[in-house]
Amino acid sequence: MFEDLRDLYQEVIFDHNRNPRNFHVMENYDRMVEGFNPLCGDRLTLFLKLDGEIITDASFQGSGCAISTASVSLMTEIIKGKTQAEAEELFHTFHKITTGKSEELQLEAVGKLAVLAGVREYPARVKCATLAWHTLDAALKNEQQAISTE
Amino acid sequence: MTYPIEKIRADFPILNEKIRNKPLVYLDNAASCQKPQAVIDSLVNLYSHDYANVHRGVHTLSVRSTDLFEAAREKVKSFINAQSEKEIIFVRGATDAVNLVAQTYGKANIHAGDEIIITAMEHHSNIVPWQMLCEEKGAILKVAPMNLEGELLMPEFEALLNSKTKLVSVVHMSNALGTINPVEKIIELAHAQNIPVLLDGAQAIPHMAVDVQALDCDFYVFSGHKLYAPTGVGVLYGKQALLEAMPPYQGGGDMIRTVTFEKSTYAGLPHKFEAGTPSIAEVIGLGAAIDYLNSIGMEAIAAHEAELLAYATKQALQIDSLKIIGEAKEKGGILSFTLHKIHPHDIGTMLDSLGIAIRAGHHCAMPVMDFYKVPATARASFAMYNTKSEIDVLMSGIRNLIEMFG
Repeated sequence: MFEDLRDLYQEVIFDHNRNPRNFHVMENYDRMVEGFNPLCGDRLTLFLKLDGEIITDASFQGSGCAISTASVSLMTEIIKGKTQAEAEELFHTFHKITTGKSEELQLEAVGKLAVLAGVREYPARVKCATLAWHTLDAALKNEQQAISTE
Repeated sequence: MTYPIEKIRADFPILNEKIRNKPLVYLDNAASCQKPQAVIDSLVNLYSHDYANVHRGVHTLSVRSTDLFEAAREKVKSFINAQSEKEIIFVRGATDAVNLVAQTYGKANIHAGDEIIITAMEHHSNIVPWQMLCEEKGAILKVAPMNLEGELLMPEFEALLNSKTKLVSVVHMSNALGTINPVEKIIELAHAQNIPVLLDGAQAIPHMAVDVQALDCDFYVFSGHKLYAPTGVGVLYGKQALLEAMPPYQGGGDMIRTVTFEKSTYAGLPHKFEAGTPSIAEVIGLGAAIDYLNSIGMEAIAAHEAELLAYATKQALQIDSLKIIGEAKEKGGILSFTLHKIHPHDIGTMLDSLGIAIRAGHHCAMPVMDFYKVPATARASFAMYNTKSEIDVLMSGIRNLIEMFG
């Protein structure tokens, strides 16, 4: 019935929505930032543990739609072990694949995250996918106040 | 007489649209209604044959435009049964009308320590203008609570009324829940203590016959675009004596009698509150929408929508993981709901892929969402042109997306 939506709602997204990874409050975190999408009411809190440049652990709490939950769940998986600079680079690449502004979509550069590229075709849903990453960006820049997608 | 649903559907050209290759099922009427051909034609005819600025020129087109514009005021007056066309103020929409009352009546009559009463189910447009006024004046905003069904708690409301209460501002029908408030009783209780009452009729007016004299409300506000009319026009009804006593809202052309650099004197009602060139075509379009609604009859429309709501509610109750938000006994054609573990935004996108337009979000009623402890709801809202078979399409879509989410 929902053939047209197969690009947006891939099985990986349903999987992460049903069983979000790293979905817990972190003790002894180094960074904690809240992200909020006032349009749909999505809220998440992102926790990071840092060892110098390296992101050694990431977790989150919150509630959101399937796209935003899968996006933050995938993100916490993929950034673990990366340097802060690598994570920032990934943020910029991810932004390009989800807003479709890049001439060449560097899908291979983002690995598993490529499943979220489908939001390109749904402008109203792009913020659902990017909320997690804007929150991460704020956390890495050590901004204390809550992040809003508006 | 049978309800002329086929004729009505044929009168709304947009209902022939295909959305994502499916026939459009438009169930976002509480956000805005679609426009009948008669309204579209009124705009085309005006701009093709009769348009000029109103209330100014002596030339033929200005006279024609002015006549059409003032005829629309007369139509609004009859539609809500106001006593005089002087009581019909054209504004941008319901939000603009509430702000007008807050900034004129409110500023002149509400002072430090005074109280304004609203309810727990207000749209942001009937919360924020009063908060702004209270902040400026040092007045206090009181909120009458509701129960889990979404019904106003009348004893609690009554207990809030006191000698410090200067205004009661209440939604007639809730956009987030569908609740129709017992406004006659609210007005009776407030008037017993000489407190004026404003009714926010943005959601109520397209769904029921409204008689402001029978209600005896002091102010009634609504938007044109929810009444099958163009955007950019709304109405403030106020009792003449109240409007006469209120200071003007905005200054400018059209609202003055005389202007010198030392002093200006203001025009009489209704022009005192209509500074600048108004939304001429949109006001005339509102008149056309009212003619169209009168040709069908508000009672017939209300009965049709009540049937749709009963049908949709019955179907919805058969879906296990569906929870209806707002189950007031007195309710208009709004089905607000959540699905277990499926976010309303996902519901909205999935239904859109089937050609079904619903609203997913907080419906500009964040305090209502907080009350039910949900971030958002999905909302299907019905209008005069909807059918039971469209509700079948909606319910089948909901069942299928539940299955897809697993």
